[in-house]
Amino acid sequence: MSKQMTGAQIVVKALKDQGVDTVFGYPGGAVLPIYDEIFQQNDIRHILVRHEQGATHAAEGYARSTGKPGVVLVTSGPGATNAVTGMTDALMDSIPMIVLTGQVPTFMIGSDAFQEADTVGITRPCTKHNWLVKETDQLAETLHQAFHIATSGRPGPVLIDIPKDVQFANGEYMPPKKAKTSHYQPRLKGDMDAITELATLMETAKKPVIYSGGGVINSGKAASQLLRELVKETNFPITSTLMGLGAYPASGDNWLGMLGMHGTYEANLTMHDCDLMICVGARFDDRITGVIPKFSPHSKKAHIDIDASSINKVIHVDVPILGDVAHVLEDLLKVWKSRGRKTMANDVRKWWGQIDEWRAVKCLSYETSDSIIKPQYALERLEALTKDHDRYVCTEVGQHQMWAAQYLGFEDPNRWMTSGGLGTMGYGMPASVGIQLAHPESLVINVAGEASWLMNMQEMGTAAQYRLPVKQFILNNERLGMVRQWQELLHGERYSSSWSESLPDFVKLAEAFGAKGIQVSNPADLDDAIMEMINHDGPVIFDCLVEKHENCLPMIPSGKAHNEMLLGNASTKDAIDSDGAVMV
Amino acid sequence: MNALAIKKSATSKSAYNLKSTMGDDIETHTLAVLVDNESGVLARVIGLFSGRGYNIESLTVAEVDHGENLSRITVVTTGTPSIIVQIKAQLGRMVAVHDVHDLTVEGPSVERELALIKVAGTDDKRVEALRTSEVFRAKVVDTTLESFVFELTGTPEKIDAFVELMRPLGLIDVARTGVAAIARGT
Repeated sequence: MSKQMTGAQIVVKALKDQGVDTVFGYPGGAVLPIYDEIFQQNDIRHILVRHEQGATHAAEGYARSTGKPGVVLVTSGPGATNAVTGMTDALMDSIPMIVLTGQVPTFMIGSDAFQEADTVGITRPCTKHNWLVKETDQLAETLHQAFHIATSGRPGPVLIDIPKDVQFANGEYMPPKKAKTSHYQPRLKGDMDAITELATLMETAKKPVIYSGGGVINSGKAASQLLRELVKETNFPITSTLMGLGAYPASGDNWLGMLGMHGTYEANLTMHDCDLMICVGARFDDRITGVIPKFSPHSKKAHIDIDASSINKVIHVDVPILGDVAHVLEDLLKVWKSRGRKTMANDVRKWWGQIDEWRAVKCLSYETSDSIIKPQYALERLEALTKDHDRYVCTEVGQHQMWAAQYLGFEDPNRWMTSGGLGTMGYGMPASVGIQLAHPESLVINVAGEASWLMNMQEMGTAAQYRLPVKQFILNNERLGMVRQWQELLHGERYSSSWSESLPDFVKLAEAFGAKGIQVSNPADLDDAIMEMINHDGPVIFDCLVEKHENCLPMIPSGKAHNEMLLGNASTKDAIDSDGAVMV
Repeated sequence: MNALAIKKSATSKSAYNLKSTMGDDIETHTLAVLVDNESGVLARVIGLFSGRGYNIESLTVAEVDHGENLSRITVVTTGTPSIIVQIKAQLGRMVAVHDVHDLTVEGPSVERELALIKVAGTDDKRVEALRTSEVFRAKVVDTTLESFVFELTGTPEKIDAFVELMRPLGLIDVARTGVAAIARGT
């Protein structure tokens, strides 16, 4: 005979049994019983954010930096709708997240009650799955199923909507092991015939490339180790998407840098000219492929993905392998080794000769300045002064994000947390809160633009309250830099609403939050200022005044192919034709 | 049943079947989708089609297994071969979906639709409507001195043909169920 508990007690017990140590949330009328239970225990720490969107991004930061699911608790109506952006962000980037929302009592659902919204209806397209629990007896099993679904297969956000009367009523608790999860068991092992076919292609490839993505990070640390082994054993070049940075170390010999719209010249040319492309846990996003008909036209393509709907969605592949990255890579290495570890070593060496010529272009070089801080320079210095720290980096969205991906090096997975698929401005500030909570002793830096940062700056209050020493590294160009860049390239330099008017004094703003503010505008002062930021034991807003009109290059203009990259500022005039202009 | 794996009958075990044929011709496919009979499941499936811009030609849904709490959605959709593959994969990865069958490619299947057709008229038109209904093996399920309601079961094409013939004879109203379909044999 199981113990009877209230629904609210069941929620807290289920979270404990699932190993949850941190919940990000904001109370309200429809979740008060759960908050009352949280108040009466000490195992789960509740972090009071300042806005529900902040809770979701903080949970994402927690999840992306630990590999564990992030947990969010918010109230009905506006609490739930404010969480929609974060859930969509987590869905696009495959981040495990459990969102618990309060709901008006079951007998009031549908009556337009105060703070009522059709939460499961609103969030159906932005969750992997969601539930409205109408019986307290169903609550425990649903919660355990939610954790199972959020974390297995391709991870993603799930939502459980819990009416207030269900939180008050008594019901039976069910432990995690008894919960029925059998019907959702994604396949982890890849098809051996397909894996063998890929191994044979590796033996004959003259111009191979490995293109890895966020799926490697999501698959776990073992996947990154196997990927490194694959690269080391074969000597194949490797590039990665924005989401996959760190799976292979940036200091590795075979690293080409990120690929895609703002990827490196060598990575994109290698992708374009290769004869074998091995896509590992990436999804041929439009930021990666450029114009589809011209995407890597002469290659055989293999695609390892746990989600069948990602395979052949955008790019037709020759060898599809459905399965978990770690499982598939393990089998692939086994098969390839058992067949004699063969590659076309001489041809691959010649291929490296070609790649080294592309590397010699030095596509990330930029015009330096003694009088004004170039954003690239700021990030180069940040990299030099922090790379030996136990460091986690997140970003907002825009030019600074791409520069961070280009100029910072990541040696391990789960060290780089950025909003890739959805491109959510305002992601980074709250994400840094979640990361710092998960890694209290580490150096957590949010590389930001001033416009993105303002979108969720209220979370500085959260950072101050919990004494989180997050470093807000703001590249302040007083512009919506990426919008400005596109207006320059596409809209005749008509800068419609793309500047940041009436900006706050960031140093005073920091002080108002009880944090430290640092402003720097002279390149000569930059290193000292960065050191001051690192050494300050508390949250810092670092206002780095940078060149206002710098373009983020290199760039594949929309509607163009990988081998049609823009390299320097001189090449940007009329770079995008009318066909390309329609693309985002 | 494994929700993320490609459904068992939709393809064999091999991932090779994920290879798309990449033709550009628009095809019509009938999909049978076995789902948990839970609140909102139809909205999930419809939302997938509208959200990703896929077509629904016809859609029927009803519980088919009370014990297992399963419903069967029969959806007729159109698209290029690669779009059809995408639709099946997108359906297949939904948590509430147990199984996706593409009846159009999995061997012979039977498709039937039921229609109720109201025709009003007198004299010759009334006689002709009744005579035509016999040719189509439609049943008269309601009659007044000036109208019939016919019940007709068959393929959508057969119902289309009957409706067209009724139009000049006083067609007033048509109610159709949409297609229910099932594979032939065992």
